[in-house]
Amino acid sequence: MGWIGESVDSIKSLQIRQVLTQAVSLGMIVTSALIIWKALMCITGSESPVVVVLSGSMEPGFKRGDILFLHMSKDPIRAGEIVVFNVDGREIPIVHRVIKVHERQDTGEVDVLTKGDNNYGDDRLLYAHGQLWLQRHHIMGRAVGFLPYVGWVTIIMTEKPIIKYILIGALGLLVITSKD
Amino acid sequence: MTTLILGDNYNAKMVSPGFSFSLCLNMHSFGYRANALLTFAVTILALMCAMASLTDNFNAPTPTAHVQVFNINWFQKQPNGNDEVSMTLNISADLQSLFTWNTKQVFVFLAAEYETYKNSLNQISLWDGIIPSKEHAKFWIHTSNKYRFIDQGSNLRGKEYNLTMHWHVMPKTGKMFADKIVMPGYRLPEEYR
Repeated sequence: MGWIGESVDSIKSLQIRQVLTQAVSLGMIVTSALIIWKALMCITGSESPVVVVLSGSMEPGFKRGDILFLHMSKDPIRAGEIVVFNVDGREIPIVHRVIKVHERQDTGEVDVLTKGDNNYGDDRLLYAHGQLWLQRHHIMGRAVGFLPYVGWVTIIMTEKPIIKYILIGALGLLVITSKD
Repeated sequence: MTTLILGDNYNAKMVSPGFSFSLCLNMHSFGYRANALLTFAVTILALMCAMASLTDNFNAPTPTAHVQVFNINWFQKQPNGNDEVSMTLNISADLQSLFTWNTKQVFVFLAAEYETYKNSLNQISLWDGIIPSKEHAKFWIHTSNKYRFIDQGSNLRGKEYNLTMHWHVMPKTGKMFADKIVMPGYRLPEEYR
């Protein structure tokens, strides 16, 4: 009977070790993703260093599903730059181009007007009611780099949550079932 | 220990003789190969995108621009006290040298830039355009200002200003570039008209 107990113990320890290994490797994946994201936040100085374009208002430059890399530096905002801004009362930030800039002599504050390249008029209709200009605090960052198509993954996942759950489930299953 | 467990079919995979087998099976499984192929493909694609973006640095563009203020159509003070001017412009430019094989489009715009006692910088876009290809990069255009030229205040009479042609190069992938040509020495009329 001794050898049965011994083998059961060895199996138990093996399984615990395996489960632990898998938990650790899963944790490694999650934390390394978090590390990359936080490092990007530090480097770019922007709250969300990577954004996905959701609308066609900047076509043909940026299409729906493209990815933009943002950078938030102390440099003053100038006309022509593509900025990402938040408007009070709107959840989703907007990516548009600056067409007018007025910078104060004494305080250095800026009044900025934006417009989508593909839109007919400027963005005053999109701003909060009665708002004529964007200020510095509305602006989350400026677009510095560009990668096409990659953002479709995010768009599909947010618009069809089932696919997200299937994908997460499949990945989880893969991690659990994989032996190494 | 090996002999003990070899007797049990279920556990055979768990320990050393079976373990190498199951690992072996894993390494040549569909999932493993698909994963390896995908990782390789994505790595190569990312590398190619980065290299395509880097080749843009070898291009030393020499664009030229010439702008003439053809006419001041009208010039007045709005009821709220801000000066507004409407003008007709003749713009000619040759931006062909900006295009490389990684260029998707060039966004070009002409801005009036001036300083007032209140504002250290005012930039007002007067005209802009999207150039989709090298063939369209040498152009001449006669236009009135596309966006309203309105000052913050009433400082435009006799104001000296620069007209600056800015361009933003949008790549097919990678880093975006921007530069400008400043054309100084333009002056608005002394009186409203």
